Amino acid sequence: MPEVTFTQPSGERITVSADVGRSLMKVAVENLVPGIVGECGGDLSCATCHVFVDVPWVAKLPPMTAEEEQMLDVTAEEPTAASRLCCQITLTEDLDGLSLHVPETQR
Amino acid sequence: MTADSDLLIIGGGQAAGELAAALRSRDWGGSIAIVGEEDHVPYTRPPLSKAYLRGEVEAADLYLRRPDFYDRHGIAVSAGVAVADVDLEAQTVTLDDGRVRTWRKLVFATGGRPRRLPDSILRSAPNVHYIRTLADVDRLKAVRTDGASFVVVGGGYVGLEIASVLRSLDAQVTLVEAADRLLGRVTSPVVSEFFRRLHRDRGVDVRVGTAVVEYQYSDAGNVIGAVLSDGSRIAVDQLLVGIGIVPNDELAARAGIDVDGGILVDRFCRTSANDVFAVGDVAKVTDLDGEPPRRLESMPNAVSHARVLADYLSGVEQPAVDPPWFWSDQYDIKLQSAGLVVPDDELVIRGNPDERRFSVLYLCDGVVTAVDAIGSPADYAAARKLIAQRVPVDAGIAADPGRRLLEAALASAGTTD
Ligand SMILES: Cc1cc2nc3c(=O)[nH]c(=O)nc-3n(C[C@H](O)[C@H](O)[C@H](O)COP(=O)(O)OP(=O)(O)OC[C@H]3O[C@@H](n4cnc5c(N)ncnc54)[C@H](O)[C@@H]3O)c2cc1C
Ligand code: FES
Repeated sequence: MPEVTFTQPSGERITVSADVGRSLMKVAVENLVPGIVGECGGDLSCATCHVFVDVPWVAKLPPMTAEEEQMLDVTAEEPTAASRLCCQITLTEDLDGLSLHVPETQR
Repeated sequence: MTADSDLLIIGGGQAAGELAAALRSRDWGGSIAIVGEEDHVPYTRPPLSKAYLRGEVEAADLYLRRPDFYDRHGIAVSAGVAVADVDLEAQTVTLDDGRVRTWRKLVFATGGRPRRLPDSILRSAPNVHYIRTLADVDRLKAVRTDGASFVVVGGGYVGLEIASVLRSLDAQVTLVEAADRLLGRVTSPVVSEFFRRLHRDRGVDVRVGTAVVEYQYSDAGNVIGAVLSDGSRIAVDQLLVGIGIVPNDELAARAGIDVDGGILVDRFCRTSANDVFAVGDVAKVTDLDGEPPRRLESMPNAVSHARVLADYLSGVEQPAVDPPWFWSDQYDIKLQSAGLVVPDDELVIRGNPDERRFSVLYLCDGVVTAVDAIGSPADYAAARKLIAQRVPVDAGIAADPGRRLLEAALASAGTTD
């Protein structure tokens, strides 16, 4: 099972392992990772699953759709080039070790 | 005496599941019990009329959290059992199997049930469907669709979504709406007309301003025909009814809690009784600034109530601030809405409905109060910000689809300085 680390704004690191095929938003929510809300359940309608991807990983993720890019406009915290909506990222073996930062606020 | 649970949640739907999880994510230390009458851990309903009906996802994918989540986090879920009675004084509930449970705090998350057609025979007709639960949709999925004649009564979101899935499964669909337009209670005529044309173009026989005046039955008690107010008769293989829901507030009313078309709560989800709360579709919020009390039927509303109450129980008084929002998927079209549409709002249309990409902004005194965005997530995203921040915009500038909406809003703010 691949492992993913969510680093909190406080610096606390939460590492979880999860089944391949689940979205990172679901993985976070199921493990009560603070700061990932996922209010729309992954429908690209809420932007409350915003994460900053650690730079070495940015290029390894599947590209964004136009819809995801547009929804990033509505995140509570200013998006950066490393921003993604984690409901759009499906966990694969290749993502073992993925490192993400959770924003200060989602709303 | 120690209570069986510090917090007992009646109902095991979206609001119940989100509340339990939100309390645990806030390190709320008390014991939590969920009693829900459906045979499932809490699951999310929106895909029922979309991906689940299309057969693209399985029941387990609808679960908000996996079944083992509840054990791991000390949440006792009793599924398949209903609360039959509530005694506020004794702080107990009686389950429909006769067991009695004690609690310190009680939450009604009982949601709603489909509004039924008045005809008593229709209740027992085997080919009449009401769509609220996984079990309802499983029953519908077991029915043969290709070439079969489905009549959908009611042109709200659920009816329209189901009509779109049925069409993609090659069913013949007639949709009958008594009001003079689709989605009449929740949107403007432009958006209603867009959806009427969309469904008509995909082969749904849409009849607005038309009611069923008579149902015809086979000897076995199936509905086989519907006679409409325009005099026509439609053959029926399956009848689907989507005419709204009735809040499950009777249990609370019997216990002596104030209800009026929903359980009355304040902005922290507190009912008229001490230590008793209500969240989600059943809760009617009364203390909105200057606005009439309202009950919303949406998943974001259920999630938002859960969060507000979890905060409150954890000692943080943080009422909801976001405008209400909603989405719907029909065919390959996504509608995203935020805010509440009021009939005399000024309308600003951006883009072209013929291209299936446009948005409607609703302005009240120059301030954006609501949006319906079709295939336009950028407008939806921008409008949500404008609604929350109550930014005045110039209707003429905002209507220009060549400008990004946020830029247009800033430009209008500049001109009004
Ligand atoms: C087909 C369909 C599609 C939808 N699509 C969307 C959408 O696209 N977007 C959106 O925002 N919303 C959508 N909704 C609405 C959304 O699902 C509801 O707003 C949400 O489920 C409300 O959650 P709730 O927990 O308040 O109520 P419910 O989900 O109704 O849950 C209440 C639960 O309580 C149980 N219960 C009731 N009384 C008792 C009792 N006495 N004892 C024990 N259990 C009891 C009920 O059986 C039920 O399981 C849709 C709804 C349906 C039916
Ligand atoms: S969960 Fe709503 S956009 Fe990702």
